[in-house]
Amino acid sequence: MIELILAIGIGVFVGSGVWLLLRPRTYQVIIGLSLISYGVNLFIFSMGRLRINAAPITGPGATNPADYTDPVPQALVLTAIVIGFATTALFLVVLLASRGLTGSDHVDGKETR
Amino acid sequence: MRLADHLIILPIVLPLVTGALLLLFDERRHVLKAMVNVVSTLALAGVALLLVRMADAAGGDGVAAARTYLLGNWPAPFGIVLVLDRLAALMVALTSVLALAALVFSLARWDRAGPHFHTLFQLLLMGLNGAFLTGDLFNLFVFFEVLLAASYGLVLHASSPLRVRAGLHYIVVNLAGASLFLIGVSLIYGVTGTLNMADLAAKIPALTGPSKLLLQAGAAVLGIAFLIKAGMWPLSFWLPPAYTAAAAPVAAVFVILTKVGFYVLLRLSLLLFGTGAGESAGFGDPWLLAGGMVTLAFGAIGVVASQAMGRIAGYSVLVSSGTLLAAAGLADASVTASALYYLVSSTLTTAAFFLLIELVERGQDPAADMLAVTMEAYGDEMDEEQADEEVGVAIPATLAVLSACFAACGLLLAGLPPLSGFVAKFALLSAMIGSASGNGSISGLGWALLALLLLSGLSALIAMTRAGIRTFWAPVEQTVPRVLVIEIVPVGFLLFLCLVLTVEGGAAMRFMDETARGLHAPGSYIRDVLSAPPVPAPAAPEAAR
Repeated sequence: MIELILAIGIGVFVGSGVWLLLRPRTYQVIIGLSLISYGVNLFIFSMGRLRINAAPITGPGATNPADYTDPVPQALVLTAIVIGFATTALFLVVLLASRGLTGSDHVDGKETR
Repeated sequence: MRLADHLIILPIVLPLVTGALLLLFDERRHVLKAMVNVVSTLALAGVALLLVRMADAAGGDGVAAARTYLLGNWPAPFGIVLVLDRLAALMVALTSVLALAALVFSLARWDRAGPHFHTLFQLLLMGLNGAFLTGDLFNLFVFFEVLLAASYGLVLHASSPLRVRAGLHYIVVNLAGASLFLIGVSLIYGVTGTLNMADLAAKIPALTGPSKLLLQAGAAVLGIAFLIKAGMWPLSFWLPPAYTAAAAPVAAVFVILTKVGFYVLLRLSLLLFGTGAGESAGFGDPWLLAGGMVTLAFGAIGVVASQAMGRIAGYSVLVSSGTLLAAAGLADASVTASALYYLVSSTLTTAAFFLLIELVERGQDPAADMLAVTMEAYGDEMDEEQADEEVGVAIPATLAVLSACFAACGLLLAGLPPLSGFVAKFALLSAMIGSASGNGSISGLGWALLALLLLSGLSALIAMTRAGIRTFWAPVEQTVPRVLVIEIVPVGFLLFLCLVLTVEGGAAMRFMDETARGLHAPGSYIRDVLSAPPVPAPAAPEAAR
């Protein structure tokens, strides 16, 4: 059940993200990129298999690895979140610069028509 | 662990420290910043040459083919590793040489056209070197993001509306590419449970059924992320505008960015899907071959169709990418060796051409307009500096020197004798014919690729001749651009390296042959990485305290 919810969630995130990415306004593009990165982060997380009530960190008394969830995807997803956050912020600056220089929020810097 | 072993991490640490250090200085102290940057890049070039010697010495009897540097001192599949083999050393050396030329060129004026040029430049070098040296897929992602983040800053350097627009597209495409990269990496991890390249190569032959399909899906998604970077058609439409719009020294360094994509594709396709990969062997090769050929055709048509020289250079990057991808798709050791030679030659040539274009077009209107806009955007202080600069040493016989460099670039791009472009193309063609005659006859695709290679040379020749006549011979009132020594020397340096590559062709090809042999027989690479011993703990840590 939880797998289904997660899969639908990822699908909705990425699907809406792709649609927004293809829109002509820079603001839509940046929201699209953010949604895609949320979907991707969930996807990375799910690649460690979904486990309920299992810790990713072992303690001194750890004997059975099956009691724990895979810590690597969680570490990866942390890195991906940080990097995605930084690049989105950077893109936001470029977006504002483009808006300031061209006076338009169209991705080509001018309206079609 | 000997001191020499730590050399492997130096190409990453040195630019990082320098980049951070440069942040501490105020923008007004640009002479100091420039000096620090030049010294660091020179040191990097020195380290890179040492690494090439180190890598070239390896692979003999009883010597490890790949030197492994265990970060955090955990053995290979568990910790992150850096791996130095001939290919990695070659790419690091090429990067540092290119960086040196672009940096010296930028000192004439470009480094002051916007803030933090030197820091971004060093961080770009860090990302590039890291991507070449890492032996771990996720680490590769991190270094990719480092180099992309730095390149976002550099593509907007000396920002003008044109650059911001091209940069915007460049950034969006690469951010979307980064998402694909992550999806691919996590799919591969989900199937195999490892991200170490050598460990992956060891595990892939055992995969069958649905796991194999999932892995191939992951590899395909990952491959698309690199193909965007390498500029394969139809993922390449962002490339010519972005490279044409970027400032000249930035565009010159960016030439190596497309080669990063190619490097990763070559390394992963041969390591993970080489002949020993069981059911997955040869996965993706037909796609690389077909995609490379289409890219080559697209690039060649683009070169002929371009009016401005900047666009010719942009499409030349695509021609070079297409050639390399198609050669990688053939998956043959001798073709790979020639492709590596072509990679070095074409990278140096295209970079030199990007630098040269800025000098040639300086006297003409469009470039002057662009520069004027740049200065306007950056404010008045630029004008004052510009006025000082007019005192700098200009070279005599400017037009003669420029046209000689232009002719050399034309010969190199078209692949005509006597320079290394010809040697590279000849080696590629003869390797393709030679490898085909080994197993019967050349296939239809092989003939098509041969024809495309020759036609792309012809198209480069037509475009370069046309641009050269229009620029150097046709104008009645020739405006002679003012070119400083510091600007023409890097161009000459890169072209001189091409000459060296021609004269020392035998030695260079031997190195490339051994590189290709190592790549096509990854057994020793895998063994060396996975068996690299951690450094033993110091004998008596307690006593030392």
